[in-house]
Amino acid sequence: MTTLTEERVCINRDRTERMAETGDGKKEDADYKRLQSFPLIRHTDMPEEMRVETMELCVTACEKFASNNESAAKMIKESMDKKFGSSWHVVIGEGFGFEVTHEVRNLLYMFFGGSLAVCVWKCS
Amino acid sequence: MSNLSEKTVVLRRARLNAATSSLMRFSFKECCFKPVADEPDIEIEGSLVHKDSEEGQILCAEKEVGRKSKTLFSCITTATQTTINPPREVACQTESQPLLVNYSATANQWEIYDFYQEELQKRTSSTKKDEKENEIAEGAEGVHGNLSLLRDFTDKSDHDLAMLSTAAKLLEYAVNENINGDIIADFKHFEDEADEFRGDKGTLLPLWEFQYNKVKSLPVSALCWNKKYNDLFAVGLGSHKFTELECGMLLFYTWRNNNHPEFLFNTDSGVMCVDIHEQKSHLVAVGLFNGNVCVYNLMAKGDQPIYNSMASSGKHSGTVWQVKWWEDDLYGNHTFFSVSADGRVVSWTLGKYELFSTNIIKLPPMDKVPDDLNNVIVTAGLTLDFHKQKPYHFLVGTEAGKIHKGSTHYTRFIKTYEAHFRMVSCVRWNPFNPKVFITCGMDWRVNIWDETTDSPVFTFDLKSSVMDVAWAPYSSTVFAAVTADGKVHVFDLSINRFEALCQQRVVSTKRHLTCIEFNPVHPIIIVGNDRGLVISLKLSPNLRKNPKEEKGKEPSTGAEVEIAKMEKLLILMR
Repeated sequence: MTTLTEERVCINRDRTERMAETGDGKKEDADYKRLQSFPLIRHTDMPEEMRVETMELCVTACEKFASNNESAAKMIKESMDKKFGSSWHVVIGEGFGFEVTHEVRNLLYMFFGGSLAVCVWKCS
Repeated sequence: MSNLSEKTVVLRRARLNAATSSLMRFSFKECCFKPVADEPDIEIEGSLVHKDSEEGQILCAEKEVGRKSKTLFSCITTATQTTINPPREVACQTESQPLLVNYSATANQWEIYDFYQEELQKRTSSTKKDEKENEIAEGAEGVHGNLSLLRDFTDKSDHDLAMLSTAAKLLEYAVNENINGDIIADFKHFEDEADEFRGDKGTLLPLWEFQYNKVKSLPVSALCWNKKYNDLFAVGLGSHKFTELECGMLLFYTWRNNNHPEFLFNTDSGVMCVDIHEQKSHLVAVGLFNGNVCVYNLMAKGDQPIYNSMASSGKHSGTVWQVKWWEDDLYGNHTFFSVSADGRVVSWTLGKYELFSTNIIKLPPMDKVPDDLNNVIVTAGLTLDFHKQKPYHFLVGTEAGKIHKGSTHYTRFIKTYEAHFRMVSCVRWNPFNPKVFITCGMDWRVNIWDETTDSPVFTFDLKSSVMDVAWAPYSSTVFAAVTADGKVHVFDLSINRFEALCQQRVVSTKRHLTCIEFNPVHPIIIVGNDRGLVISLKLSPNLRKNPKEEKGKEPSTGAEVEIAKMEKLLILMR
């Protein structure tokens, strides 16, 4: 937690003193994002193929709609419905808690881009 | 009623009353007018009759009568059948409700960050671990391979089954231990006290029986104990008769499970001999009926040998009767020797991918073979043994009944002994005394030799073809032999020089015993018969006695003293 706050401080300082420090903080911010921007599965019980496909779809959607979580979620949900059957639900965000009921072997919960969390599940 | 078949023709006239009655026509013949006959102008057949005429009245009367009874005219029966559809069953089931499960979590910035850090750490540490693992060489000779830990979130059903096999195996051992509890108790503790009353004689107590269901027709051709794991032994199954099945098996049993072999290999030809490497006890050399030699690695998965001599140019053209591991060569490659029915002793070296063969020596031809047929009619070598202390010396027994002593340094044999009248079935050096070896043959004899003399020191006639003989590892004067009539004979020369201490029938009369081996550590022998059955027997205390003067000395000293005594006796007898 301390490292996180430190980085936040770094970033804030950089924004205010842009002339003095030539984007060090920004670099750190960018580094942090670059280092940890690979998609990472936090929990899933999907079979291998489905998991890979879903993960790729989520990454594509999040990259495409980087600023708009709703559109990204919409894209993911519609594609999942088409591919794997009806009634998928998608939540994308940076800070939320959830408790869901899902069909067995149809849940994916992953992190992406260092700060984004995506939860996809099926329940009709 | 009118008759149907009757035809009535009814003529109807249409009369023009006014016109016809007064017609006159002039006839020129009589020159006057005459009346014309009444002829109708049109004649049509019809079916109407005037109501009031005679016929009409008759018909009216008939009609009234006819209404009450149905004539064939008035009624026609028509029937029709609609199509009947065969009954059909149509069933339907709705899709069952899918299983539902709850899941909950929180997505916070710090949780995400922590998780990423963990993952990065794991990745860096796993790359380091991979490098280390590649460096580990042949390594531990565990029976079960290592299961790599997989960080897999999906269901682990495959891994569960693999781990289950280990657990199942241990459970099988435990169950067998329970079933065979009395046998194990006998093995560990039972010492036949009746031996004290038997004088010098001893008995063999049958312990476990090893019989694998699928090999009931294959004779046991070779047995070999594993020096490292004392409860594991190899059984080679195969027949040397042309009429029997052309297949073989190599099984490994442990007495912890006598129902099912630990390892099982199917070979395409009968297994004739087996040897397990002394130090690397996962390497097993096998000689086959079709002349091939194979090397199996027990730690490798799969049914196939790691080396096979099928592709080698120096392979044998006759049945391989004996294989024996030897020392590693200069480069550290493992080597083994084989002797076969084509009369050659060949040494095989395990190269990286294949076996390299080297001809060591060719057996000299038999007496009656003319010189020009030397290469055609070969003397089959049946058995081979390396000297325990001088590993470059070896003995080869042939089908001509001769024993040849040879050395890997020389291309000719050093010495030849006329051992038996018929085939020599086994030759073994004494494990302690460097000069003594034992041979047995199909001429019913077991001979004990001193390598310096030309005639045997001891001879025993066992009344039946002797198939195999083995020295006991704990004493230089104890040996056991098996004969074709199903008996095991145990001798101890320090106690009784002329008779066996034990002559016990172990299998039924119809079955031959084919092999015998002593366990290197425990007082147990295993014998194999010609129906794939291996029986283990415990030696009673009388058979394991050490001679009295050996309280502090090693047995070899005792044997030399013994042999020296024998020599003196023989010289006296001559």
